[in-house]
Amino acid sequence: MPTPTPEAAPAQGLVASAHQTAGPYWHLVDFPEWADTTRHFGDRLPPGERIVLTGRITDGAGAAVADAMVEIWHADPMGEYPDPNGPEKEFQGYGRCATQADGSFRFVTLKPGPSPLDGEARANLRQAPHVALAVFARGLLTHLCTRLYFEGEPLNETDPVLNTVPPERRGTLIARPTGPGTWTLDLRLQGEGETVWMEI
Amino acid sequence: MSNIIPGYRRPDRLSQPPYDSAGYGSTRLRHPQQPPLRLPHTRTETSAPRFSPQRYAPRTDLTVQADGSAAMGERIIVGGRVLDEDARPVRNAMVEIWQANAAGRYNHPGDDHDAPLDPNFQGMGRVFTDQDGCYRFVTIRPGAYPWRNHKNAWRPNHIHYSVFGDGFAQRMITQMYFPGDPLLALDPIFHAIPDEAARNRLVATFDLELTRPEWALGYRFDLVLRGREATPMEDHH
Ligand SMILES: [Fe+2]
Repeated sequence: MPTPTPEAAPAQGLVASAHQTAGPYWHLVDFPEWADTTRHFGDRLPPGERIVLTGRITDGAGAAVADAMVEIWHADPMGEYPDPNGPEKEFQGYGRCATQADGSFRFVTLKPGPSPLDGEARANLRQAPHVALAVFARGLLTHLCTRLYFEGEPLNETDPVLNTVPPERRGTLIARPTGPGTWTLDLRLQGEGETVWMEI
Repeated sequence: MSNIIPGYRRPDRLSQPPYDSAGYGSTRLRHPQQPPLRLPHTRTETSAPRFSPQRYAPRTDLTVQADGSAAMGERIIVGGRVLDEDARPVRNAMVEIWQANAAGRYNHPGDDHDAPLDPNFQGMGRVFTDQDGCYRFVTIRPGAYPWRNHKNAWRPNHIHYSVFGDGFAQRMITQMYFPGDPLLALDPIFHAIPDEAARNRLVATFDLELTRPEWALGYRFDLVLRGREATPMEDHH
């Protein structure tokens, strides 16, 4: 298991800029087609299983969070990520979606495969298929991050992130099948059943 | 030899706003109450989407429509660099911007501020950094606008920024402010950042070099994304 280093300001150099809320008017950069990561392919889809990811976001009073921007980032069906210095790959698991009046989001994408933990040196260590989620909204001075896992994946048992989550809260990260190819995970910002939010 | 890709340095606490900020009312029901799970960085966090200008068309001049019609207001040039904490340029980074018009009104159905819309100003832009991490766009100086956070609350002039780095852990949305704005001293979103120096780094500086004679004032705004850990995280088994 990798050991995160203690928090400390860098001894020298620059300090990362402060985050600020996306506010209520971020929809000026909402492009609804971005919610479908397969949009560039038409009917010649790359190999992989096309899936729908849905859920609802609610606040500490149980009210729908209707003005959020949700982003997803995940590996391709082979479990691969793009080279940080390389070009845009033909398929990449990045999407953006605005929540609706009922707080719901909906993505169409290709199901990610098991992905490497941190590079070639430990290529035998695989993460369970998962999707990184980021939530931006009015009232969130910095975006909130979490992960979506898929119920029933054998690798969930050994996933190095999922297994650091207390068992009683693990369910907040595991999407369940709610229809053919459809996986649902609700997100709770605060209170009972609060999603396990992650400092990445 | 290790092929482990290093993670990113942890944020400096005082230079980042908290989730729960009493002065900013919308945080009250939206901040988590449980401490966040600190995640070791995996390939999921050290990789990020790549964006090509072919698929994500740049829009570098927000002041002119396709038919040549000009937006109302004070034209300005905004430019700067996107660097990481080791002062390395972040290259080919996609930077999205959005803002109110000169009258302080967003071209957004949710904005009911009694100020005129400008049919020639949408308030959305997209630029890419070059090999030195530099970006530049032309826009209209946004107006201040009221909000309902507290009595007689007004947001200072600002431009919203969305930036993608080389890792999803570097993802950042922030706001650029203008020097000398009297509303900055009163703004709970700006003041949610505890450290004064960190706040002031979100204030652009007037820049005569960027200013184009007889055309527009220039403002410089640099952004810093998280830097990499000096050494890769090791497995101590
Ligand atoms: Fe704003």
